Amino acid sequence: MAAEQKFTPQTWPESPEQATLEGKNKFLGFWFFLGGETVLFASLFATYLALKDSVPSDTHAKASDLFELPLVFLMTMLLLTSSLTSVFAIYHMKNYSFKKMQQWLFITVVLGLGFLACEIYEFYHYYHEFEHKFTSSAFGSAFYTLVGFHGGHVVFGLSWIIALMVRNAKRGLNLYNAPKFYLASLYWHFIDVVWVFIFTVVYLMGMVG
Amino acid sequence: MSSIAHTQKRGFTSTVWEYLTTVDHKKIAILYLLAGGFFFIVGGIEAMMIRIQLAVPNNDFVSAGLFNEIITMHGTTMIFLAAMPLLFAFMNAVMPLQIGARDVAFPFVNALGFWLFFFGGLFLNLSWFLGGAPDAGWTSYASLSLASEGHGIDFYALGLQISGFGTLMGGINFLVTIINMRAPGMTYMRMPLFTWTTFVASALILFAFPPLTVGLFMLIFDRMFGSGFFDVAMGGNTIIWEHFFWIFGHPEVYILVLPAFGLFSEIFPTFARKRLFGYSSMVFATVLIGFLGFMVWAHHMFTTGLGPVANAIFAVATMAIAVPTGIKIFNWILTIWGGSIKFTVPMLYAVAFIPSFVMGGVTGVMQAAAPADYQFHDSYFIVAHFHYVIVGGIVLGLLGGAHFYWPLMFGTMLSEKLGKITFVLFLVGFHLTFFIQHFLGLMGMPRRVWTFLEGQGLETGNLISSIGAGLMALGILVLLVNIVITQKNNIQVGRDPWKDGRTLEWAIPSPTPFYNFKQLPLVRGLDAFWIEKMEGKTDMTPAEPIGDIHMPNNSFVPFVISLGLFIAAFGAMYHADEGKDWAIPVLIIGMLITFGAMLYRSVKDDHGYHIHKEDLLDEAEGGTR
Repeated sequence: MAAEQKFTPQTWPESPEQATLEGKNKFLGFWFFLGGETVLFASLFATYLALKDSVPSDTHAKASDLFELPLVFLMTMLLLTSSLTSVFAIYHMKNYSFKKMQQWLFITVVLGLGFLACEIYEFYHYYHEFEHKFTSSAFGSAFYTLVGFHGGHVVFGLSWIIALMVRNAKRGLNLYNAPKFYLASLYWHFIDVVWVFIFTVVYLMGMVG
Repeated sequence: MSSIAHTQKRGFTSTVWEYLTTVDHKKIAILYLLAGGFFFIVGGIEAMMIRIQLAVPNNDFVSAGLFNEIITMHGTTMIFLAAMPLLFAFMNAVMPLQIGARDVAFPFVNALGFWLFFFGGLFLNLSWFLGGAPDAGWTSYASLSLASEGHGIDFYALGLQISGFGTLMGGINFLVTIINMRAPGMTYMRMPLFTWTTFVASALILFAFPPLTVGLFMLIFDRMFGSGFFDVAMGGNTIIWEHFFWIFGHPEVYILVLPAFGLFSEIFPTFARKRLFGYSSMVFATVLIGFLGFMVWAHHMFTTGLGPVANAIFAVATMAIAVPTGIKIFNWILTIWGGSIKFTVPMLYAVAFIPSFVMGGVTGVMQAAAPADYQFHDSYFIVAHFHYVIVGGIVLGLLGGAHFYWPLMFGTMLSEKLGKITFVLFLVGFHLTFFIQHFLGLMGMPRRVWTFLEGQGLETGNLISSIGAGLMALGILVLLVNIVITQKNNIQVGRDPWKDGRTLEWAIPSPTPFYNFKQLPLVRGLDAFWIEKMEGKTDMTPAEPIGDIHMPNNSFVPFVISLGLFIAAFGAMYHADEGKDWAIPVLIIGMLITFGAMLYRSVKDDHGYHIHKEDLLDEAEGGTR
């Protein structure tokens, strides 16, 4: 089967993710999917901006009461770094060095888990310290939906990368799984880009007022 | 798995299993046609109940509450569960053949899209048996839908969410197919117009469905999980729903009508026996309509109170759409002009479409004038307008397309005689039903009313309208009889049965081999098959020698993924009820089924199989016997 053909670093194609028709289709289809995801997040951002600080009474916490830069900065650093490490992983994928790719993917996953832990702590903190809940105000609903959708994407992306690492641990790279690794990393970048906007629109603009 | 044994006769269970697991675009097309046709009948019965109720004043055929459920389900079913899947049926059946592809780009995702749509539609319609259907209109404005008791709106939100995922996947699939899978020589500007309209409609799906997804998620969260997006008491804003619904809803109109335009653009040149007039301007107009379709959503909200500036901008943008649409209308007329015309059933539908659709377009421009719209808003004038566009445009397109492409999909030809009876009944019924509704609206009859009083001048108009609806129903009955007779007689009509097929789909043998093209064809211009015919050839020039053909394996996983969401939806819906502790476990089990099936798909290699060159050659010899 052509897809399971063995390669050496010399025979490995330059863009293995697009070397087969299936890979080409996946590559293009996934970009389109990300286009749709962009609209999805744009809609969530619009909702958040419309409902920001929209609370039933003054006893509810507002954005400027909630957010603190140090934690969010840490989360941003974790996620941005994880995006960089996934670039390294794909660099090694393109050079047919499977082990190095797996190592960098492992670091990516660890950083992603770190981000997720911070986010869980953050939500827990808002919930208990500020009574800022999904069901307490429209602001709360919009905040947890936007940031939570992003968090859900992080969970899905981590599960995806882990599944690929485990599944292919013993057989190395071929033209069948190269597109899969590539797309998982593309997805991870997208999550990162969305976070940049969340950091700006939700947190920075929230703290300014 | 390397033979052509696929085509041999099967038993009943094996046929059912084949269709449950199929990833073949031609079979998925038939599934879409069956499911869409079924929901079309359901929506039609609902329409008949509306017209029976409104036939005479002070009628009590159905109660007021039931009437609200019927109008909601009529609109929702016809748009999401009938028109969309029926168009998807033709896209699946025709588009890959038109561009000379052996399959769509993602056969697995194609099947997944169908099953998601099917389970979503099933879930929505189960509401009739499980405590009442949604009753807030197909637009389901939040201030109304949040107040609706029972689970009707929950069925609406969850059912549309599931089927919407399916549509989105279908859209991405068609986009990639058209970009990556075209045969050698099939440049963009040689693509048949139905392929072009599929392409643009798919792009619209990609960008229009996510806002609906978000809106539906917020509705689900508000109704079932205690959030406050639309709840003013919690600081929410009910207008957000209206925006998201129409940011989706207006492009949706073009998602539906563009493929119908595409069908007509295939029918006109075939039966005028003349190439499509102004091909490149048709492509341009299609793209422009697709673009402008996103700029006009707020014209549904003129009376919401967005202010004069917003209303003015959206009014002008709306009127602008009449320009590319007008280009199309003139191109169709000029295609017929001077042609050697054959009035077959598809051609009759196409010719009737032009004036019918123009009437809907003209009332559309009337409503685009925001001040005038304050008068038309929520009256029967609106009902008349959008039925002229949807029935006069899309349904005529679907009926014409069904007769036109029936031989391609089933190898048989629907009876022309019965087809003409259907056509006359349906067209007369359609104008009888909806033309008078313009005047009912102008006389002050509001839409969505359950009944009306005597002596207000509305009796005659409503009675005429109901008689027209009866004629349409008769027309559809004749069509069903036609289908049954045709399939029972099963007279195979062979390749290119209209004799004047111009595009690639008519160049392949009938019934279409499951691998479509033994050798990919070389496309030498627009109307590729016609070019070969004009040079006295009967076949396309092949672009490659006969070789192994790679085929995808069938899979049951799409069914399971969709079933999981279907199960989960019940859990999400009932968890808000008192004393239903089983609901959350059901939600979790459903999601586990879905994600488990996705994981299975991800880790289990599926390389497909090859049809070997020798088998193809053997088959060719067998064919000449």
